[in-house]
Amino acid sequence: MSVLTYGYAVWSPIIWLVALLVLAVIALYFRSRGQKRYKKGTAQTDIFLSGIQVPPAEERHIPAHNIYWGFFEALKGFYSTMMRPHTGIINDYILWLVAIIALTILVLVMVM
Amino acid sequence: MEYLTVHSPILIVAVPLLAAFITPLISKLGYKVRDTFNVSLLSFATFLVAILAIDIYANGTRIYTLGASVPELAIPENYMVPVRIMFQVDGISIFMGLTITVVALAALIYSLQFVKNETGQDRFYSLFMLLYVGMIGLVFTGDLFNLFVFLEILSIAGAGLASYRVNMADAVEGGFKYIVISAVSALLVLFAIGILYGQYNLLSIAALANTMQFNTLDMIALAMLAIAFVMKLAGVPLHMWAPDTYAVAPAGITPMIYMSSAASMYALYRVTFTLYGGQFDTTAIGWVVIILGMLSMFIGVMMAIHQTDIKRLMAYHAISQSGYMLLGVGVGLAVLTDPVALANYGRDAMNGGIFHIINNALYKGMLFLTAEAIFFRIGTRDLNKMGGLGHNMKWTTIFFIIGALAISGIPPFNGFASKLLIYESVLRFNPLLSVIAMFVSLVTLASFTKVFYSAFTGPEMPAYKEVREVPRSMIIGMGIMVACIIFFSIFPGLVVDTIVAPATDALIDQAGYINGVMGAAP
Repeated sequence: MSVLTYGYAVWSPIIWLVALLVLAVIALYFRSRGQKRYKKGTAQTDIFLSGIQVPPAEERHIPAHNIYWGFFEALKGFYSTMMRPHTGIINDYILWLVAIIALTILVLVMVM
Repeated sequence: MEYLTVHSPILIVAVPLLAAFITPLISKLGYKVRDTFNVSLLSFATFLVAILAIDIYANGTRIYTLGASVPELAIPENYMVPVRIMFQVDGISIFMGLTITVVALAALIYSLQFVKNETGQDRFYSLFMLLYVGMIGLVFTGDLFNLFVFLEILSIAGAGLASYRVNMADAVEGGFKYIVISAVSALLVLFAIGILYGQYNLLSIAALANTMQFNTLDMIALAMLAIAFVMKLAGVPLHMWAPDTYAVAPAGITPMIYMSSAASMYALYRVTFTLYGGQFDTTAIGWVVIILGMLSMFIGVMMAIHQTDIKRLMAYHAISQSGYMLLGVGVGLAVLTDPVALANYGRDAMNGGIFHIINNALYKGMLFLTAEAIFFRIGTRDLNKMGGLGHNMKWTTIFFIIGALAISGIPPFNGFASKLLIYESVLRFNPLLSVIAMFVSLVTLASFTKVFYSAFTGPEMPAYKEVREVPRSMIIGMGIMVACIIFFSIFPGLVVDTIVAPATDALIDQAGYINGVMGAAP
């Protein structure tokens, strides 16, 4: 009942869940064999930056606009083209509609 | 129970409509009475949808004719065509009905605490019920004019709700954009209906499909209907209004407005498969739908990953995920007249596209709710200002993780099941399309990894030290969706066989839809 059949193959999430469960048990076993003298809230859990003073939390967390910087930098041309139509002005959105209607009429005339 | 089953199509519309108009009176008795009243009536509507679904899966299409001596009597005596207002609920209609109702119930329960301290709550709940009525009426209706009427109802209610937070300028602007787009779409639809009515003197979808000649005027009407519905479902390149509106709508309303777009997608399918089915070159029109889907997928996700406003990011993802639905059903439409291809991969593609509708409604709806849960607690949607919320908002974090993995198509979640159906079937149609679809899934995962890192991980911010988890009703609202996601993830085969395959069959079987009405002559 849980099996999804398509074409010639089958997908059963139950098998995946069982596999994930087995992996979780193995991972928990490795974790349980870890250092027992580890104590939270002590110097053992403080961040160590080679002796440099650790900056405050706000400065440590990378802001969202810096994430995937390389990806956006490489696609700068693509994004500058994409951003241009997304003006936020409702008049421009309706102009796009007019353009699509005009294109559709053109295609219909050519087809007929 | 027989009475309820027979009259369920009209009761499902009438009960929330009653709730919409009586809510301001009931609220005089106190907000708890009003909230209990609304939740009870919507729960009753949910129950009615469930029994109607059981009836349809057992006995086939159900017709309900208003004003007839017997509800199933579609064509009156001495008439050759249906003339009354009619609901015709088949597999795809009830599939959409189930999806809309589950999302509406979760959104309503979520909203109880979310709008508790806002003013104008009576109007909120009235408009909420009207929005639900509009969506359900649109997917149940059997005639074009009522399709237009319900489209207008859901548009006006949606615009009112999108701009509910009138103290926020961008909310009012988002609502304004939504009503302009909706009004223009509705006028295009009305004009197309006028063209068809002027020619055939008919409004019933089944009767029109039976009589359709597909002349020049019919082609123009099809183009207008398609453009109108593509704009309402926020398909590229008519999608730009969607992030502006989705981002500013209150919490429980964004999933509902998204469902309005899904209802418009249903209307597009109804027009192409049922109203005009077999009249046009399905390969050509199928490819138009496929290209629309690919553009929506690609542009939606590439714009999404760039966003730093969490709700705008999710709104672009909603556009992207709509592309998967269009791709799946488009492939089915393209091979509709090729029985071998349809049997080999066409049905699977349509199953995947339609399964994706309900999957996306659940996890996308829930992701919108988690985004608003964050806004509820910290007052900002800017990802640059967030961080470490996972320390204090554990339930929201868990729900977000489940939603993010589901939307990215990571096994064993339900998103993977529907995307797998689409990948496998589209691969056999055209491998390039499947590769692009997989790339879009990768970028989706990258995008939600960005959101997860920015909002939930990292050190606990001093500004958010006092932030607590959201109130119980909001957790319950999200929990309803998560429960459905987990159920659909573990039993995808059951879901596809029970509710998705009948929806696919209903779309493909135009003759069955026509005979359901025209075959019921006295």
